[in-house]
Amino acid sequence: MLLSPALAISAVLFTLGVAGVLFRRNAIVIFMCVELMLNAVNLTFVALAQVIGVGGQVFVLFVMAVAAAEAAVGLSIILAVYRHKQSVSLQNMNLLKDG
Amino acid sequence: MRLDPAVSHDLLLTLLPELVLTGWSLVLLLFVAWRHQTTRDLRLTGWLTFVALVSTAIATWWLWWNRASVQGTVSMVAADDFRWVADWIFLGAGALTVLVSFGYLERERLLAPEYYVLLVFGVLGMMVMAAGADLMVIFLGLELMSVAVYVLTGFDRRRARSAEAALKYFLLGAFASGFLLYGIALVYGATGTTNLGLIGTQVGALEASRSSVMLLAGLALLIVGFGFKIAAVPFHMWAPDVYDGAPTPVTGFMATGVKAAAFAALFRVLNQAFGTLTTWHDIVWWLAVVTMIGGNVFALSQRSVKRMLAYSSVAHAGYLLVAVSAGGSPATSAFLVYAIAYTLMTVGAFAILQAKGRAGESDVTIDDLSGLATRHPWLSFGLAVCMLSLLGFPGTAGFIGKWYILIAALSAGQNVLAAILVLTSVVSAGYYLPVIMAMYMKPEPDETAHLDVRLDRWGRTAVAAVVLGLLLFGVWPNRLFDLARSAGGSVQPSSTSTAVSPP
Repeated sequence: MLLSPALAISAVLFTLGVAGVLFRRNAIVIFMCVELMLNAVNLTFVALAQVIGVGGQVFVLFVMAVAAAEAAVGLSIILAVYRHKQSVSLQNMNLLKDG
Repeated sequence: MRLDPAVSHDLLLTLLPELVLTGWSLVLLLFVAWRHQTTRDLRLTGWLTFVALVSTAIATWWLWWNRASVQGTVSMVAADDFRWVADWIFLGAGALTVLVSFGYLERERLLAPEYYVLLVFGVLGMMVMAAGADLMVIFLGLELMSVAVYVLTGFDRRRARSAEAALKYFLLGAFASGFLLYGIALVYGATGTTNLGLIGTQVGALEASRSSVMLLAGLALLIVGFGFKIAAVPFHMWAPDVYDGAPTPVTGFMATGVKAAAFAALFRVLNQAFGTLTTWHDIVWWLAVVTMIGGNVFALSQRSVKRMLAYSSVAHAGYLLVAVSAGGSPATSAFLVYAIAYTLMTVGAFAILQAKGRAGESDVTIDDLSGLATRHPWLSFGLAVCMLSLLGFPGTAGFIGKWYILIAALSAGQNVLAAILVLTSVVSAGYYLPVIMAMYMKPEPDETAHLDVRLDRWGRTAVAAVVLGLLLFGVWPNRLFDLARSAGGSVQPSSTSTAVSPP
């Protein structure tokens, strides 16, 4: 059984994803980091499913389907923003702020 | 009526409202594939959507009337009064949004009937969330709702503000989903199941054993994930920007439906699966305190009405968190009463705001409303009622909701939380009352200032319904209480109630 190493790797991957979202400024890179988080979760589910049962694997299929739907919508939103600003960097997202 | 989810006929009956709305959404998709050119098509789609929401509400009512309940604890969907009342809140928010959108879409030249289809998908996702008795169903409902609302936020794609809001909402929403999912995975690892009822029994047995670290980490991540969706304070930074940039009817829909759905799922998860655990009460206690104080203080310094309402919705999430922290069935009833009142007043406030502004209403400040009462007495009256209700003024539904939450908090021994709720409500007068003062006590800057303020017939109907509802529930809340009480009793830890149908 590779349960503990798999869980450790998925925790590391998840943390990397969170760090990427927090510290990167490019919308597409941030989106990739979110996908990394989701895949870390998938790894957790698959590893746990070995011990617990098939439920975790079913969950992974759902997560993959949802991630695909999110990617379709997310990339088109990024495209819509690019048409307005010719940039996808969050540093240029300054129309909406407190004041 | 006892429904056995193992029998396919009963399973379909349990899912009847969702199935009706799914059927309608497919019909609507097909309809807009042919009819998507003129404003007439847009109106027709809007009315079809309205009919779809009403017929779903009737299906929900039918199940409620027959006291439908699910046999046994192992079911992926719940059938209890909590679900029916929550469904009515979402359907009501959706229907009011449809009425308000007719005039808005035509004025802003957003001639795409897909708007209504996305609205239906959003409501459908909310209903699935409120129905979910399994973390998998709740996750799918959440994503269905979120993806539809991401698109709605960026619907006005000719405006850079709308696109920017959609991007911010999408990135933070997907980030939050990641946390929620990791929480689900860890809870699954600790208990071996994603079913809320089974988790409840496992948690009762597990306590103090070695795997509870995994369980607590999972629970914390779940709360973080939900915290983003309800815009509780450390996780609220997206809310003002997104509410500001989105088309105003969508903002109203997000502030009410999305928030109510996330709270409904949070209530069910915490009470049904983790009801025997006490750790989360402390976490939510702190969240509630920070959210109430933060939301109200930030709202004070806003000039734009739309941003002010966005921060006010953060503050209201704090009040609702007080109910979450109190826990138990009186708190669940209080949540439902408050959610109904909050939905009415928020949709009403945004509907009137959209009559004043142009191009997304981002630039309507409180001073822009000066002297509105002399030119538009009825609109001003409606906005004044909404503001007083948001403030929790006696005689309005907002007061009844706050009072009920206070009772629930006090009976759970949360005196400090109740005191902070009252104090922050007093602070909130500092930004709700200036709106009323500007409308009634300041003179019009010049005669043409309010010439273009217009709300079409259906927008006026929606506002009239909201105002009537707020005043009616404010002075005569008995029926609402009865409904909420029976619904609040239905969400309990699985160890004490094995899906007993309410008396």
